[in-house]
Amino acid sequence: MLTNPLTKNIGADNTAADIGRYRENGGYRGWRKALQMSPADIIEMVQEAGLRGRGGAGFNTGLKWSFVPQGEDAPAVRYLVCNADEMEPGTFKDRLLMERDPHLLLEGMAIAAFAIGARRAYIFIRGEYHLAAARLENAIEEARREQLIGDSIPDTDFQLHIHVHRSAGNYICGEETALLNALEGQRAIPRTKPPFPQVSGLWGKPTVVNNVETLCNIPHLLDLGVDWYKNLGRADDSGTKVFGVSGRVRNPGAWELPMGTPIREIIEQHAGGMRDGVKLRGLLPGGGSTDFLGPDQLDLPMDYDTIGKAGSRMGTGTITILDDHTCPVGLVLNLSRFFARESCGWCTPCRDGLPWIVTILERIERGDGQPGDLDLLREQAQRMGPGNTFCALAPGAAAPIQSALKLFEQDFVQHLTRGCCPYAQEQQRVAQAV
Amino acid sequence: MSSTTAADTIEVMEHDDTCPRIGGSKLTAEEKREIDREFAYYEDKGSVGLEALRLVQRHRGWISDETLYAISDYLGISPTQLESIATCYQMIFRQPVGQEVLFLCKSSSCWIMGCERLQHHLQQKLQIAPGETTSDGMFTLLETPCLGDCDKAPVMMVGEEMHRHLTEEKLDELILEKKSHNVDQSAD
Repeated sequence: MLTNPLTKNIGADNTAADIGRYRENGGYRGWRKALQMSPADIIEMVQEAGLRGRGGAGFNTGLKWSFVPQGEDAPAVRYLVCNADEMEPGTFKDRLLMERDPHLLLEGMAIAAFAIGARRAYIFIRGEYHLAAARLENAIEEARREQLIGDSIPDTDFQLHIHVHRSAGNYICGEETALLNALEGQRAIPRTKPPFPQVSGLWGKPTVVNNVETLCNIPHLLDLGVDWYKNLGRADDSGTKVFGVSGRVRNPGAWELPMGTPIREIIEQHAGGMRDGVKLRGLLPGGGSTDFLGPDQLDLPMDYDTIGKAGSRMGTGTITILDDHTCPVGLVLNLSRFFARESCGWCTPCRDGLPWIVTILERIERGDGQPGDLDLLREQAQRMGPGNTFCALAPGAAAPIQSALKLFEQDFVQHLTRGCCPYAQEQQRVAQAV
Repeated sequence: MSSTTAADTIEVMEHDDTCPRIGGSKLTAEEKREIDREFAYYEDKGSVGLEALRLVQRHRGWISDETLYAISDYLGISPTQLESIATCYQMIFRQPVGQEVLFLCKSSSCWIMGCERLQHHLQQKLQIAPGETTSDGMFTLLETPCLGDCDKAPVMMVGEEMHRHLTEEKLDELILEKKSHNVDQSAD
C-alpha cells in the first residue's frame, strides 16, 4: 500500500513532475473519482477521514468545507483559496510540495472546489517563491490543455479556473481573513470573525481557505479511501505529514512520515541527530509561533492533540532545534523582532506590546537587564495571549517567550546576574568550528 | 513592510501644490497591457493594486510618487488606498533600490546558523546598513523574514535566485560575480 502519498512523485532531481509523469503515476485519478460523486459525499468522506488543517491550526478539513452554505438559497458564487503564504519562521514544507509536484496541489484544489461548488480558485503564494509560482502557472496551463480544469471538463458541467496570486512578502497575509483582504486589493489586516469566511469571505462570498499541504492530502484520499488514509497515521491522527528539522543537526531536511511519528525518531533517525559537540536544549515543534518543548519531551508523538496537551502546538510540523551553544534569550529576541516587524499594527497589545518586549529582551541580551524584567516579560506575554487580540499573531508571538521563560529561566537569570550574554564567546567559537 | 531602517526613511506623499499629480509618468502601453491582463482574474479593477505595483516595478525598478499616482488613476482607486497596499509589502520598493537587492534571511534557523555574522560581513564589505544602497547603485541590503529554506540555512535571496549554505567566502564570490555581471551588461 502507498505510504508516501504527498511525496511519491518527488525524486532526487530538482525538477517538477510534469503532467505526463504525474498522470502515468496515477495522477488525476482522485479527481476523476470525485466527479462521479456528489459534493456532499466528498465532504463527508474528507470529514470522516480525519484530515486536519496542515497550516497549523489543525481544524478538521471536511468540517470546514461543510460550513459553506449549500442548497438553492445559497449564494451561487463561492471561492476556494489555497494559502501558500508560507512565512512562519522555520517552515519549509509547502515550498517543497509546490516546487516539486505542482499537479498534486492542483488536483487537490480541483476536488475541494468541486466539493464546495467554487468555480474560481486562487493560489495565494508569497512573492519570494518565484520558482514555485512559475511551476504552478505552468502546471495550470498543462491541466487546462488536457481539460482537467477550465471551461470544458468532459462529462461534467462543472468549470474551474485557478489563478496564481503572487503576494509580496507580508507575514500577516497567512492569517486567512487578512489574506482575503489582500486578495481583494485592500491592506492586509485581519477581519472580525464571525462572519467566518466559509459564509462571507472573498468579496463577501462563501470562501474556503486551505493550506497547501492540506489540499495535497485530498487526491489520494479520494482515490484510495478513508480506511487507507486513517491507517497511515501511527497514533491518534490520520494520514502522513511533511515533517522537517532545521538547526545544528547532522542532516537537516524534510521527510514525509506518518502522523504520530515521535519527535525523537524525526530528529535522530531522519535528521541524523545533533552535530558533534552540541547537545539539544529544546525545540520549537512547528514554527516560531509554537511553545518550546524540552529534551524530556522527545518521545511525544507528533499529533495535534498530544503536542497541544504537552503545552505547545504542532503548528507546521517543521521543527527548529535549539542547541546548547546557542543563547535561548537571543533566539527569543530574534523571533520577537520578527513578530514586531510583521505585526500589522491593527490592535494595541500586538502593535505596542511586541516592540516593548523587543526592547526588554535587547537589554537583557546586552547585559543591561533590570530587576523585574522577567516579570514584565511574563506579564506582556500574558497580555498578548488568546482573547486579547484581533488575530492569532500576538498569541503566537507570546508562545516562544512564555515557554522560554519557564524552560530556560536560568539562562535569563544568568544574563541579569552576570551583566552579559554567557553564550557570546561560545557562539563565536562554535560558529567558526561548524 | 521593508526593514526598520528603510521604514524610517520611506518617502511620504506630500499633499500640497508640489504634489506630482499631473504630468510626470503616465503608464506605458506595455505596462497597461500587462495590468489589463490581470483584470480577468478579479471582481473589479480596484482589486489588482498589488499586481499593478509589481508589474510596473518590474519596468521601473521602484515605485515613485508619480508612478503611484499614475497607477491609482489607471485603476480608479485613491492614491492613499494604493499607498496602504504598497507599504504592506517588503518587495514593493517606495524608494530606489540597487541593481541587485540582497534579501538576507534573518529568521530563527538562519540566525542559529550564523546570519548575523554574514550580515556583519556584508555590511563591512559593501559599506551599507540594512535598507541602504551602495554608492555605485549596485547593491541594496534588506533583512528579510524567513525565506522558507531553513534546512539549507543560512540563506539569502538575490533577485529571484536562492543562495544556500552561505559562508563569508561564498558571499565574497557572489558579490564579485554580480559585480562583473552587471558591469558587463552596462558595457553592452
